[in-house]
Amino acid sequence: MTDAVLNSAPVRSGSRIRSRAVRRFLKHRPAVVALCILVVFGLVAIFAPLIAPYDPIKSDFLAIRQPPSALHWMGTDELGRDLLSRLIYGTRTSLMAGVVPVALALAISIPLGLLSGYVGGFLDSVLMRFTDALLAIPFLVLAIALTALLGPGLFNAMLAIGIAAIPIFLRLARGSALAVSKEDYIEAARAGGNSPLRIAFKHVLPNMIPPLFVQATLTVATAIIVEASLSFLGLGQRPPAPSWGSMLNEAQRFLPTLPTMALWPGLAIFIVVMSINIVGDGIRDAMDPRHKS
Amino acid sequence: MMGLGGFILRRLGSVVPTLIFVSLIVFALQKLIPGDPAVAMAGDESNDAVVEQLRAKYGFDQPLYVQYFRWIGNVLVGDFGSSYRNKVEVVDLILTKLPVTAELAVLSMIVALAIGIPTGIIAATHKDRFTGTLANIFALTGISIPHFWLGIMLILLFSVQLGLLPSAGYVPPWEDLKQNLLSLIMPSIVLGTGVAGVITRHTRGAMLQVLSSDYVRTARAKGVTERIVVSKHALRNALIPVITLSTIEFGQLLSGAILTEQIFSIPGFGKLIVDAVFYREYAVVQGVVLVTATIFILLNFVADILYFIVNPRMRGAND
Repeated sequence: MTDAVLNSAPVRSGSRIRSRAVRRFLKHRPAVVALCILVVFGLVAIFAPLIAPYDPIKSDFLAIRQPPSALHWMGTDELGRDLLSRLIYGTRTSLMAGVVPVALALAISIPLGLLSGYVGGFLDSVLMRFTDALLAIPFLVLAIALTALLGPGLFNAMLAIGIAAIPIFLRLARGSALAVSKEDYIEAARAGGNSPLRIAFKHVLPNMIPPLFVQATLTVATAIIVEASLSFLGLGQRPPAPSWGSMLNEAQRFLPTLPTMALWPGLAIFIVVMSINIVGDGIRDAMDPRHKS
Repeated sequence: MMGLGGFILRRLGSVVPTLIFVSLIVFALQKLIPGDPAVAMAGDESNDAVVEQLRAKYGFDQPLYVQYFRWIGNVLVGDFGSSYRNKVEVVDLILTKLPVTAELAVLSMIVALAIGIPTGIIAATHKDRFTGTLANIFALTGISIPHFWLGIMLILLFSVQLGLLPSAGYVPPWEDLKQNLLSLIMPSIVLGTGVAGVITRHTRGAMLQVLSSDYVRTARAKGVTERIVVSKHALRNALIPVITLSTIEFGQLLSGAILTEQIFSIPGFGKLIVDAVFYREYAVVQGVVLVTATIFILLNFVADILYFIVNPRMRGAND
């Protein structure tokens, strides 16, 4: 990138707006704490093999359904598997199930939304009616119906969640593209003789991303809960691989004798989802101070 | 200025195409199932002649648009197909299960409104105080907590440890009203707290907006007590968006009960779809998805009309 481009006015003002937003975010103390918690969970997911004290899928029939002890900090399940190790590896599943579907939904929604909002016309009408129809089917119901078609498994569950999330982002991306395309600087770019394709990708696209970013954060939280729900129903992660949702499913059968089995995975989902929601609120407030929560 | 009739007609103009698109999606879901449905219907020990016969009988050999019109024609007269496992019509299954979920949704909504509105008011009126922060934390918790986990925890406390409430099962109200309500207390709390979180946040936002408006400032300047300002002047207007939101949330509750019904073994709509998925009863899955989406669209329609009726400014805005 040349110096001329780097020093151009729009880039400078754009980076100034960004750094102001970052400063505002850093002042939002709960959001910073929540972000730190998420970083810790992220590190746990990455370094799971190094942190987990036991193999998460290896059964130990001499240590079945043990309460928390010095050997097994969170106890063991009905097959003698270490619950802490399963929880640590489950972090991988949950975080992946939160991020992958949202990335998939964004990858499809952004170009389609750009096309729909910027080009408009018949395509826009059809796409929006289609989006309205998909939005009328509740997220979990749609995800379950799609998983029924695709078959159970983590990959299919993520695919189903991603497809179910498309209408949310498509509508937002289209609205965002529509709003941006009416801005004066787009008019100026048009008057400057830029081709519609160049305007769409160089000017509209970068400016329609911020509102999608906030929604993406919040949808990661929803996706984590939906994946846990699908795994809880037996439609997500297949046994013996660990997932927080399937751990809760297994725990339900041993509630009277081993209540702690149900405590940890649920608590983990709750902490991660709450942290993501707080970070999402923080990002929204930082990007749009008028909308301060 | 647009009248109510004109507004309803205009909204119907968008409701009908949406319903048509929903039907297309649900039809596509069926067509996306891998494999030949005629082969699946014929079973393992069938010959080609039987498969051909089934294909012709159910119109699988017809072009897709013919199949769609045939299917939607049947759906419009209440024929969603039949459940091979239960040996009953899908529409009868839906009509049996829907009232159970509707009762659970009504009770959950009562819990949600009873908790959400007062907490939202506290969050707004005690904005910079400890109680306000507590109300905000409650709302965030309600939104973030995995409800199926909350259900398990409540069973653990109230059924396993204290033995106060039944952990599972459902008794119809006409058989034993007391047992019916006892069996639905925990599920209603589980579902209601999630919606309460959403209602708290919206009530807070609407209250803050109204409390900073000119007419509230005027009322305060005239010496009206804060209690009257909040209860008489602010709350009435702040509740307008909350009423419409509650209508939409009710639609979500009807379908959101899937896991709650699973945990508490309530034979409702949610359990119906989960069982149908496990037994690969696609006609049931299709029927449930179609009915859920239709209810959701109609409730949104009702919410819009309610908003139009209670908010006179809308009439000017739609000119």
